[in-house]
Amino acid sequence: MPMYRDKYDVIVVGGGHNGLVCAAYLARAGRRVLVLERRPVLGGAAVSEEPLPGFTFSVASYVVSLFRPRIIRELELARHGYHVIPMDCAFQPLHDGHGLARWTDSDRTRREIARYNRRDAETYPEFSRAMTCMGQFAAQIINRPAPTSLTWRHLRTMRDLGRLVLGLDRRDQDLLLKLVTLSAADFLDQWFESEVLKGPLAASGIIGTFRGVRSPGTAYVLLHHYMGEIDGAFRSWGFSQGGTGGVSLACARAARQFGTEIRTESPVASILIQTGKARGVVLESGEEITADAIVSNLDPRHTLVGLVGAQHLPDEVITQLGRYKYRGSSGKVNLALDGLPSMTCRPGIGAHLRGDIAIAPDVDYLERAFDEAKYGAFSRHPFINVVIPSLTDPSVAPPGKHVMSCFVQYAPYALKEGPENWNCQRDAFGDAVLAVLEEYMPGLKDRVLFRQVLTPLDLEREFGLTEGNIFHGELGLEQLLFQRPAWGLADYRTPIRNLWLCGSGTHPGGGIMGASGELAAKTMLNTSPK
Amino acid sequence: MAWTVWSGYYAVQSYLLQHEQEYFAIRTAAGLLDVSPLCKYRVHGPDSTAFLSRVMVRDIVRLPVGRVAYTCWCDHNGHVIGDGTVLRQQETTYLVTSTDPSYAWFCRHQRGLAVQVNDVTDDLAALALQGPVSREVLLDAGAREIEKLAYYHAVRTSLAGKSIWVSRTGYTGDLGYEIWIPVEHALTVWDALVVSGENYALRPAGLSALDMCRVEAGLLLQHVDYHNALHALVNSRKSTPFELGLGWMVNLDRAPFIGQAALHGLVQPDVKLVGLDIDWSETEALYRQCGLPPALPTRAWRTSVPVYRDRARRRQIGYATSGTWSPVLKKNIALATVMTQHAAGQAQIELTVEHVRHAVTARIVPHRFFNPPRKTAHF
Repeated sequence: MPMYRDKYDVIVVGGGHNGLVCAAYLARAGRRVLVLERRPVLGGAAVSEEPLPGFTFSVASYVVSLFRPRIIRELELARHGYHVIPMDCAFQPLHDGHGLARWTDSDRTRREIARYNRRDAETYPEFSRAMTCMGQFAAQIINRPAPTSLTWRHLRTMRDLGRLVLGLDRRDQDLLLKLVTLSAADFLDQWFESEVLKGPLAASGIIGTFRGVRSPGTAYVLLHHYMGEIDGAFRSWGFSQGGTGGVSLACARAARQFGTEIRTESPVASILIQTGKARGVVLESGEEITADAIVSNLDPRHTLVGLVGAQHLPDEVITQLGRYKYRGSSGKVNLALDGLPSMTCRPGIGAHLRGDIAIAPDVDYLERAFDEAKYGAFSRHPFINVVIPSLTDPSVAPPGKHVMSCFVQYAPYALKEGPENWNCQRDAFGDAVLAVLEEYMPGLKDRVLFRQVLTPLDLEREFGLTEGNIFHGELGLEQLLFQRPAWGLADYRTPIRNLWLCGSGTHPGGGIMGASGELAAKTMLNTSPK
Repeated sequence: MAWTVWSGYYAVQSYLLQHEQEYFAIRTAAGLLDVSPLCKYRVHGPDSTAFLSRVMVRDIVRLPVGRVAYTCWCDHNGHVIGDGTVLRQQETTYLVTSTDPSYAWFCRHQRGLAVQVNDVTDDLAALALQGPVSREVLLDAGAREIEKLAYYHAVRTSLAGKSIWVSRTGYTGDLGYEIWIPVEHALTVWDALVVSGENYALRPAGLSALDMCRVEAGLLLQHVDYHNALHALVNSRKSTPFELGLGWMVNLDRAPFIGQAALHGLVQPDVKLVGLDIDWSETEALYRQCGLPPALPTRAWRTSVPVYRDRARRRQIGYATSGTWSPVLKKNIALATVMTQHAAGQAQIELTVEHVRHAVTARIVPHRFFNPPRKTAHF
């Protein structure tokens, strides 16, 4: 008989959406769970904050698509306030001409693309079919833990995956191979001719990676963005009501309802290790809390090197973690506006402003942006992904005012003067982004009431994202599946017994997906059923 | 007037709130339909004949100038991508129509050939003048050259001073013409036809009326009765010409065309398109059991309805894809895809009466339900 009973079965370190999903699943299975969040708000990088009264910013991540429908069902998240509104349009403004808007209405999209290239206009539905097919295939992979061993369970998973591949027709098998090997630009060249179409499509291939559109492996990232589904419609993106923090809060409400205790402003200083086992955590306040198991929502290096300490780990693991690529490459500029901007190429307040607006006029533009970043400078003409959620969800801004979220790439963590130099370049970075936007939306600068600039250094400091990588590590094929974060570290386990990982640094990776949290919880529950 | 969307264009569903009068105009007098959203391509150049013979299932080499061919085109696996007409306007100039945009597909196969494909969908308006008196209306309007125009022939003529092409084709299975007009003259030609039609009870007609007519005529509709193989997510949604009852247009011994090699092995299809003549007295009896008079669908329908072998609905043998009550035939008819071994005799089609599912007998018949002699008559 144990002499001492912990108050908690599991402590979840970090209240990001994955941590909260993990906590909810564990609590649902009857575990006593405590979530510890460093910041005063929940959500990690899926967080809504109000830096200016009345204006709710999705401070970091800003759109939702990948969140797993199974989690929504199993945790009854709709009842807890999960509310995602699909977008109708993806718009690419140009300096001359109309720009290109892609709509959910396929005929309308065809006519838009036909302005630039009639062949591409008709190839686009074929491309969408192919990507939907691949997305469905990939969704099968992200819906379950990656096979990491020769146990029966994993062999079965491998067999199922093998069957899935064989079930594709020859053309789609070929496509899959191309997707995992090619660069986004090469992949798109096989389909399309017009730059105005290839630009914004290629841009999805670089998000969160320190690679260019012509770097091999980026076609996979493109696919990663096609796995999402909203209400059964594949590859559609949407806004979470009240910002992306709304998703996290729904997860938190579900977790609480199952009995999870959640403490904010409770930064964990270290994880307590006794004889190779995790026994609890020590808060920065000095408080010690023990539990049978610890799950970390933080990224692998932050967890193992930061909170556990290298002395508790085999050298090989330290080496592997050192090789794991973070290389944050993006920043965020969030704006509060006193009115809507108007595009030169399509003036007025139209439906084209309500969706996703990309500044990626052509493939070369994106590659040039990477050129600067390669040598440690932020792109003067970066890829910018703009959304104005207040046009869809009026709750995020006062009447007549708007919030604009700009995802900006490239902003390399490793500036040539060193990451610390971001403190000197933050304003210049924000100015550069606004200058580019001003080219497409003259008068925007004058409408800015408040501006929040987040560099990769800020993302690291504020959200604990190592090197500012939004996905807890790049989505390169070499660090996905059973190699995420590293061979031997997959399956949500660590070399420390009772210490688990549940963040985006585990299979299947980043985006507001919740799958890492879900699969980590299910793996834990399978391993030690009560 | 009710509107709908057709290939990204607004199109008229019906000019009146009820489409019935428009349907009867087509079957007893003449209906005038704006079918401009049809995709239209001009194919020209020295190799245009060779090109079309390669892309199309039918051998276009054998199509004389001034003639039209209805054809489908396939992918390399022999699955149908689209169907439409090819009008040979001159020795090396063709007008091709299709339901789905096919420009990209055509362009992909013009490599090495001296041929140019132009998408003229937006440049060329199309009117369908269909019905027993359509010939008189057209002649009265001044298009003298059509006087002796035979079925699936085409001629260049003029109307209201505008130069147009007229083909004796249509989507109603009736005597009728399709008129191809440079877009800037479309309204003039429309007005001239409406004026000359005043003496013949002509009515503008919308797509609801057309849909009833095309089911009666047993004409296929893409996205409804079959799917474009290029957009199908799964193989089971793809069809071969043999499955669609278009086997008559496939000549496997001619010069190579796309899909030919694969079609060699697909001559005996597992499923085929049939017509269903749904038993009226059984339908009536089911309604009577509920104390109701039989309710007729007022419009042609296009939802998938299961077709069974047995009344107990245990063994499904296929599905109906579209159907209508035919006011001229006084029959409840449908187009269905059924397993070849069950494609004769009779089947059972699902029918929901007062929220309860039943099955009623449907005789399996050739799908050309309505085929009057006037359609192909020589004048």
